[in-house]
Amino acid sequence: MTFHAFNPSNPPIVEISDLRVAFDATPVLRGIDLTIARGEAVGMVGESGCGKSVTWLAALGLLPKRASISGSVRLDGEELLHAPRRHLEQVRGGRIAMVFQDPVSALNPVHKVGDQVIEALRLHRGLKGAAARFEALHLFDQVGIPDSARRLGAYPHELSGGQNQRVMIAMALAGQPDVLIADEPTTALDVTIQAQILDLLQQVRRDTGMALVLISHDLGVIGEVCDRALVLYAGQVVEEAPVDLLFSRPSHPYTSGLLAALPRIDGPRKTLATIPGIVPHPSELAFGCAFAPRCHQRALICSTTEVRLPVGGQQLRHRSACLLHGSTPARPEVALA
Amino acid sequence: MLHFILIRLARALLTILIMVTFAFVVLRVSGDPVLALLSPETPASVVEAFRQSWGLDQPLWVQYLRYLLAIVHGDLGQSMRDGRAAVVVVAERIPITLLLTVPALILNIAIGIPAGILAALKRDSFVDRAVMTSAIAGFTVPSFVLGLLLVLVFAVELPWLPSGGAGSIQQMILPVVTLGVGGAAVLARFTRSAMLEVLGEAYIRTGSAKGVAWRRVISGHALPNAAIPILTIIGFMIGNLIAGTVLVESVFSWPGLGSLLVVSVMSRDLAVVQCILLFVAAAMIIANVLVDLLYGVLDPRLRGTGRASGGA
Repeated sequence: MTFHAFNPSNPPIVEISDLRVAFDATPVLRGIDLTIARGEAVGMVGESGCGKSVTWLAALGLLPKRASISGSVRLDGEELLHAPRRHLEQVRGGRIAMVFQDPVSALNPVHKVGDQVIEALRLHRGLKGAAARFEALHLFDQVGIPDSARRLGAYPHELSGGQNQRVMIAMALAGQPDVLIADEPTTALDVTIQAQILDLLQQVRRDTGMALVLISHDLGVIGEVCDRALVLYAGQVVEEAPVDLLFSRPSHPYTSGLLAALPRIDGPRKTLATIPGIVPHPSELAFGCAFAPRCHQRALICSTTEVRLPVGGQQLRHRSACLLHGSTPARPEVALA
Repeated sequence: MLHFILIRLARALLTILIMVTFAFVVLRVSGDPVLALLSPETPASVVEAFRQSWGLDQPLWVQYLRYLLAIVHGDLGQSMRDGRAAVVVVAERIPITLLLTVPALILNIAIGIPAGILAALKRDSFVDRAVMTSAIAGFTVPSFVLGLLLVLVFAVELPWLPSGGAGSIQQMILPVVTLGVGGAAVLARFTRSAMLEVLGEAYIRTGSAKGVAWRRVISGHALPNAAIPILTIIGFMIGNLIAGTVLVESVFSWPGLGSLLVVSVMSRDLAVVQCILLFVAAAMIIANVLVDLLYGVLDPRLRGTGRASGGA
């Protein structure tokens, strides 16, 4: 496994720093820092509402007007937040493309799937007529849609969920983006189809060299596809690490809890561990560590001190926003007396 | 597809039969047409002869069967008032009524749809509230009240337009506005809610996320979807327009089908009333069939069902 993010010859393509989003004064993102290097696969994991999707919707200016956004999102060094509309339209689909959760509702029901892909080809590559159709056919072949010539003329309701997701991926690839954000791309699909779509995402990443950000609530999926993963909780990154380290030596108690809740295919059958309590509503966050009320290891300091992911730049491979388990390469785990 | 058309046709015929039967029974039960037409001093023998000549001395069911048989043969009866064929009496009024209803429908659509889209796009703004307030005013004021108010303002106080009659463009303006305003208000409200619903759909976000400009997202992705529920409302509105002409034509003494219906009901001119109702039913059915066919054009998901049941 390679870690592009730590290679100085591969500068980050996307740099998000201190990204904050609030809806009607209720904070939903509380200072997200993350970098994506060219060609790397990064996973973002967390429960629904933790801010995985909002991060990217905010970065691309796709949130409703009532959202107040601050911080910085840089693409190749260029600021995207509050950028002119035209510039953002070029970036969306052209530099950063998104694939959404439920492909059937994410595709326009009254337009043929081919036309929806061709629209992206026209916008970002200026292709029209026969050339656009030819390229759309090529994309359909690339994402493994059989009988592509006929499928171009199909409507979303005439295709299966898996095929619609392949169309979504073809549409995202149409603009030849540098980064593909796959937002829960397999959640709405059958288990057997899920594996196929994940394989497809890995394959197109290999073929095109684009970076992949895989958003999921499923650590297993992240572990399979990604080099590096970020764990989000209540609008903050609580842990960031290469996936093998994250799985073998989780540092934040929330990550440990998520891993303990994963069913294992090997070993004896046992009751899955759960994290007690529920994710707090963004408007009811306690002072200090947001996870403290659910944390079985919490200490007094947890509810008296604000905590953030240590800023370590590219040297710090394993970072954790836990006052008790602040992780550094030198001290991967600090046991507290 | 053939199966679909046959079912539609059968339902249309059943609707017409029910309407014709209802009109036939109600008109005969609610008063004696002979007494309505002839003066009270008419000798009994003449009244009896009149009854016989129109077949009104027969039992109701015999009259009904004769009437249906005649319809099947294309004979819709004769007007008791002037002896001409009812079809002719009615047909010559149709273009005059269309002169009101077609511009009124265009007015509905031309005002209602853009106003609704604007309100949806500027949701919760001053524009939205202004449009919705006008819409509520527009459809709560009954058309005859609005008609009289317009006459009061634009014909009496400000003598800009004639208060009634037909024959010139000026005379059309007030009745068309009266007829069109209510529908435009209803359409504005429905367009607004249809747009708001569509704008919340995931495929709108997909459109933006792939770099489509917002204007194009509205026109190319949102409107084609919002058009489907809007079309349903337009289908209903055609029925309302036809009903509205009865009142509006009376207020503005517009010599169309509505005025003819009022006069014919008062004088119990059976054949003419039945003929008008038959036309109205046919017009509404045709409008509904057109709406159904347009559904298929607008919504590919509905095309599938026709094809599947037709086996084509």
